Amino acid sequence: MNMEFILGHMNYWLFIILMMIGFYIVVARGNYIKKIVGLNVFQASVFMFYISIGKVEGGTAPIFPIDMNIDPQVIYSNPLPHVLILTAIVVGVATTSLGLALIVRIREEYGTIEEDDILEIDSAAQVSENRKEGASMGGRA
Amino acid sequence: MLHVAGVSGLTIIDQLPMLTIVVPMLAAPLCVLFGNRHIAWLLAFLASVFSFLFATHMLLQVMDGDVLSYHMGGWEPPLGIEYRIDAANAFMLFLISGISTIVLPYARRSVAHEIKKVSHTLFYCCYLLCFTGLLGVVATGDAFNIFVFLEISSLSTYVLIAMGAERDRRALTSAYDYLILGTIGATFFVIGIGFLYMATGTLNLADLSVRMANMEGNRTIQAAFAFIIVGMGLKAAIYPLHLWLPGAYTYAPSVVTTFLAATATKAAIYVLMRFMFSVYQPDFVFELHTLTWIIMPLAILAIFAASLIAIFQTDLKRLLAYSSVAQIGYMMLGIGLASKSSLSATIVHLFNHGITKAVLFMVVGAYVMRAGSSFANNLNGLGKQLPWTSAAFVIGGLSLIGVPGTAGFISKWMLIQSVLEADLWWLAIMLVISSLLAVIYIWKTVEVLYLKEPDVSTLAMKEVPLSMLLPIWILAIACIYFGLNTEWTLSMADVAAEGLLNGGGK
Amino acid sequence: MRHHLILRVITKLLVGPILLFALYVQFHGEYSPGGGFQAGVIFAVAFILFGIVFGLETVKKVFPPWLVHKFAALGVLIFAGTGVVSVMLGSNYLNYNALNPDNPQLGQVGGIIAIELGVGITVAAVMVAIYYAFASRTPMINDEDW
Repeated sequence: MNMEFILGHMNYWLFIILMMIGFYIVVARGNYIKKIVGLNVFQASVFMFYISIGKVEGGTAPIFPIDMNIDPQVIYSNPLPHVLILTAIVVGVATTSLGLALIVRIREEYGTIEEDDILEIDSAAQVSENRKEGASMGGRA
Repeated sequence: MLHVAGVSGLTIIDQLPMLTIVVPMLAAPLCVLFGNRHIAWLLAFLASVFSFLFATHMLLQVMDGDVLSYHMGGWEPPLGIEYRIDAANAFMLFLISGISTIVLPYARRSVAHEIKKVSHTLFYCCYLLCFTGLLGVVATGDAFNIFVFLEISSLSTYVLIAMGAERDRRALTSAYDYLILGTIGATFFVIGIGFLYMATGTLNLADLSVRMANMEGNRTIQAAFAFIIVGMGLKAAIYPLHLWLPGAYTYAPSVVTTFLAATATKAAIYVLMRFMFSVYQPDFVFELHTLTWIIMPLAILAIFAASLIAIFQTDLKRLLAYSSVAQIGYMMLGIGLASKSSLSATIVHLFNHGITKAVLFMVVGAYVMRAGSSFANNLNGLGKQLPWTSAAFVIGGLSLIGVPGTAGFISKWMLIQSVLEADLWWLAIMLVISSLLAVIYIWKTVEVLYLKEPDVSTLAMKEVPLSMLLPIWILAIACIYFGLNTEWTLSMADVAAEGLLNGGGK
Repeated sequence: MRHHLILRVITKLLVGPILLFALYVQFHGEYSPGGGFQAGVIFAVAFILFGIVFGLETVKKVFPPWLVHKFAALGVLIFAGTGVVSVMLGSNYLNYNALNPDNPQLGQVGGIIAIELGVGITVAAVMVAIYYAFASRTPMINDEDW
């Protein structure tokens, strides 16, 4: 594990650090919006990872000249990961907006977007339901 | 034999792998354009009938072990996206489109009861998108395409679950939890695919398996395996990753629960099998260790823990949701044993459990329509008020337990046989014991339905309309039919398992 | 926002060029950086800016929510329909070569323009729909609070 190994894999280190930060936010934060922010960081790390593996050393932007006069000497970067990530970004935007829309509705219904409060409200509701509605099945769960 | 659809002069038969998915995909925006809830339902139904017919035709084509290959946009694989239909995915396409075709006539009344009229058009649009996504996940032979279709189906699933909020606001938090976990799962899956692409430079599943054949020691490949298993495991609700499932199934509208329980987790399990046995060589040491020391113990844990939790539920929907987690355990056990017989047991169980759970959840939906909720207290004595519906529940319940003569028996029998083949007699005994747990929770429900005195409000309840009863009974009869006539399912599963183990007919 | 004369004038001046720029990005997409996703978002920005300055009700008169939904569906239909056309011409789904068998390269260009148009319409409509969905849930900010 020498210096060259560490520096040579810089994009992977950054990817891992960013991914773990995002994942930690999703798991550890109780606020629903912060969870979505964490999810975005988590996804962004994956985007970065894909784009960095598409880079070819010395490669240029993968656009052919308009007259299709392709010089075999020119090295192009791999465009495929970029295309894949364009799709993944769109999916990420859709997920984020759907998540936020759900938060708006949750806030309207519950009056809070803190996970702890909502869990408390929900489990209280479930306990009372089990008492009230579940007598014929033993009334416990 | 590999059938490749050419580049020009294609007949409609050549287009089937694509049409199965594109027809519902086209119907979804049409629903919104017409903006009428009756037309939306009709479009959804027609699209799913067409998909079902196409899927059936493809199933007949590939039954002898042939493989259909369709090149999207005329681009040759491995560069282009390929739809690759072998026995395994044709069987899954058949199951998904079949369930959808049967659920939709039922959906009409149930949705009208549970969701307000304004949202019906968008409901059917989302339903079609979810349906498209599931079909696409199964049909495609491109790793990244799986992710895209997975997200199409997942995003629409979150919306469908959240639509249950009109009955219970907890649908919103359930949908949110599923969104977080589902996105983490999908992102893990993408990371895994990224590693695979890094190591091999291809995304085509068949090509991946060729290039990975002698890369067993490659750590990138091993890391990718871990990411893919965890990512898809979240979607498939493998035991410790199942936390989103009970809430989502309980609070989603009944139609959605039925459709998801019968198809969504099954599609994820299919992808798991595809990656474990087609893409990765099943004799890779790290994979064998994973299967034996992680998948198998978790599967056994799932069977017992989830069944035990199910026993203590008072809400019928939640009870069945936990039982689904347990049944996924049986499927994972078949995968964990990693033999040809256990794989075909898993595939048969995918199918049989799909129709069994569909019957049970549809019956619960009927109860919700008549009794207003699926809590045990409201169901007292409903067996006499809704005789046909309740009789179907009993059939479904028997199939879930695995009583001889029902579909559920066949798959459990095959699983136990493959367990004995592997000389794990203690496991066979445990499987039999686990079925007894199912007896307990099914009996508890039957007791409530038939032996309790009906309440005053119950006495006025009538049988559900025929449009709901008919789908319930078609599947209930299917439960018995596939329990008596096993030739078709078993031979199908055999071919499918062989196809999976041969890397999709290279 | 009635009192903010500068904001209103600038917005009126900007909306047109933004829409024009969106169309430029849209129809230049096949040979240079650009395309449906970017153009759709830029197109939607014009409506969102208009909505922020002149109020949600005004922009909803220009581009009513039901029309937004129809456009979102229309874009998907254009995309999928292009594929269906190539199928009708006896080729694979989304095989643009089939659109112009004599000159496949022109077919490719035509196909990608149609596809990007569909993408652009859907993205623009969805972005506006997201803005409507969120903006209509919160009380508008009073003039005094600015």
